[in-house]
Amino acid sequence: MSSHGTDSGTAERTGERASAATDTDAPGRGPVVDLAGVTFGYTATPVVEDVSLAVDPGEYVAVVGPNGSGKSTLMQLLLGLLEPDAGTARLFGERTDRFDDGERVGYVAQHASAAKEMPITVREVVKMGRFPHVGFGRLSADDRTAATALREDPLATVRRVANAVSGRLASEDWAIVDDALATVGMSAFADRRITQLSGGQRQRAFIARALAGEADLLVLDEPTVGVDAESVEAFYDLLAELNAGGITVLLIEHDLGAVVEQAARVVCLNREVYFDGPTDAFVDSDALARAFGTGARSLAGVDR
Amino acid sequence: MSAGVAATLLTAVLAAVDPSMVLPLQSGLGAVGDLVFGVPHWVLEQWYWLMDWVYYFTGLEMLNPRYRFMHRAILVGLCVGVMAPLIGTFLVHRQLALIGDALAHTGFAGVAVGLFLNAVLDLGVSPYLTAVVVAMIAALCIELISEATDAYNDVSMAIVLSTGFALGTTLISLNAGGLAVGVNQFLFGNLSTVSPGSAAILLVLFAVIVGTVALTRNQLLYVTFDETAAAVSGLSVNWYNRVMVMLTAMVVVGAMQIMGVILVAAMLVVPVAGATQVSRSFSESLLVSVVLAELAVLLGIAAAYYGGVTAGGVIVLFAVAIYVCAVAIGKVQSARGERAAPDMGSIETDGVDAGAGRGD
Repeated sequence: MSSHGTDSGTAERTGERASAATDTDAPGRGPVVDLAGVTFGYTATPVVEDVSLAVDPGEYVAVVGPNGSGKSTLMQLLLGLLEPDAGTARLFGERTDRFDDGERVGYVAQHASAAKEMPITVREVVKMGRFPHVGFGRLSADDRTAATALREDPLATVRRVANAVSGRLASEDWAIVDDALATVGMSAFADRRITQLSGGQRQRAFIARALAGEADLLVLDEPTVGVDAESVEAFYDLLAELNAGGITVLLIEHDLGAVVEQAARVVCLNREVYFDGPTDAFVDSDALARAFGTGARSLAGVDR
Repeated sequence: MSAGVAATLLTAVLAAVDPSMVLPLQSGLGAVGDLVFGVPHWVLEQWYWLMDWVYYFTGLEMLNPRYRFMHRAILVGLCVGVMAPLIGTFLVHRQLALIGDALAHTGFAGVAVGLFLNAVLDLGVSPYLTAVVVAMIAALCIELISEATDAYNDVSMAIVLSTGFALGTTLISLNAGGLAVGVNQFLFGNLSTVSPGSAAILLVLFAVIVGTVALTRNQLLYVTFDETAAAVSGLSVNWYNRVMVMLTAMVVVGAMQIMGVILVAAMLVVPVAGATQVSRSFSESLLVSVVLAELAVLLGIAAAYYGGVTAGGVIVLFAVAIYVCAVAIGKVQSARGERAAPDMGSIETDGVDAGAGRGD
């Protein structure tokens, strides 16, 4: 399995990513995800306690932990789907409760095993990524006043307003959808019903949806559950290459082998953070045994 | 007229608060009401004219200009055939197929409220208007119970369904005698009792429902297909869920006129289930479900007229027969598809370029 950075074709882009990651002082280039002292519990007992985690642009971070360790809760907190009881959660520098650039975040869940019999094609799924960009949001993105826009380009303005009201995708949106499909290698399957695809192919479609939304951050919650081994390998190759192109990847994963092979940085969680650092240091540390308990398997034998 | 009654009711409430507001408000509301219900009455007139022409060309007895009630029943049926599967498609794929049943029973409570008010206060308000109001309040209750108590949706539906029916039966038993007879047409639906007023109410509901779905279809699709991703992308999932159930309440009450309380939910579910079997894409399934529903409605109304049977029942029977055919066609399609399907095991990415989908 090739991991990111080892592929000669992506080495140059990896370099770009590294420089982007270090350029955190520039305006708007602060941490993509920033949790500070976050505590949350569904009942009085916290599921996540005093967790601080900052993910810089372009990083590839994996969050690992045993079942019930609060991984999924942490993901919901950082996506703003849950409000922390204590501490603050920020996305792209904005508090999650005020964050309104949702299209910058691509979310991929454990869809592979979902048996939803909804008749929907791959292209229709990917198209959803464009939804936050169409409608009235697009109109307000135009800096010109309505009168100026009408005078300068009346036909195009009328078309834009009609599209905004009806929520129709413009031709440039469809071009982005097609690009996203090509990027994940699903162009040939664009008109297939999503339920006819294998688990791995389905997950590629969801990645394409995030790309169509022009996401800067991909958050994946155990995306390869129920996906066959061969497709898992291809899926992680795709993630690595996307990351090499500059997309920040936050992977919540149960499979430690995959994490060690793929991610540059590991966060080991079991209610609180047991480890946060480079993957090599994680393999050598005893964080795993402490977080998972004494029965945890050693990572010493994992092939990197 | 129902618009006038609604305006009178509202101004009566406001009069209790501030009597000086009544006169200007009353005339204003009356004008709005005349506009809202004037347009559908005009549409109705054009529809009669069209049906007369179809009668002269086809000679179909059920379209005879003497039978205006049949013209109205066909119009109502055709509108139901569009809006029920339109909303039903979103409901079925959210696994909310039974919400129609729950809201129909609360619609029944709304009818009972209307009949009760008419009997006690002699208001002359259309029971369909009170049914729309009560069903929409109930629809919100279903959502709020789910949101507030974290209960499964079917639990809140069961609570609202039984409350609605209990309220309806209690109100009707309070009045005894006369009301129970009037209630039959709401329970089982009746082609011959579609009055111009209730047809106008339905046309207004139709415009609101189709318009709202047309404007929010992207958001409704996203929330239906992947609620979490929709929430992450910034959509207010709860808000769209509320829009969805309110629209469902409107469809249910609109369709109740010819389908009756007991069978109305079938139109939300059966054509959609049939379309799901034979469609590949979501937009195709929307279109196919509308076509299947229209087929069932037209065949059902014709059978009801010529066979002298209850329209609601026979429409549902046709819808189910069409569903069975769709399942058979779907099985044949997928058997053929499996034989013709190319190898889907291998995918080659054509040179991954992460910038492809990115704007910056």
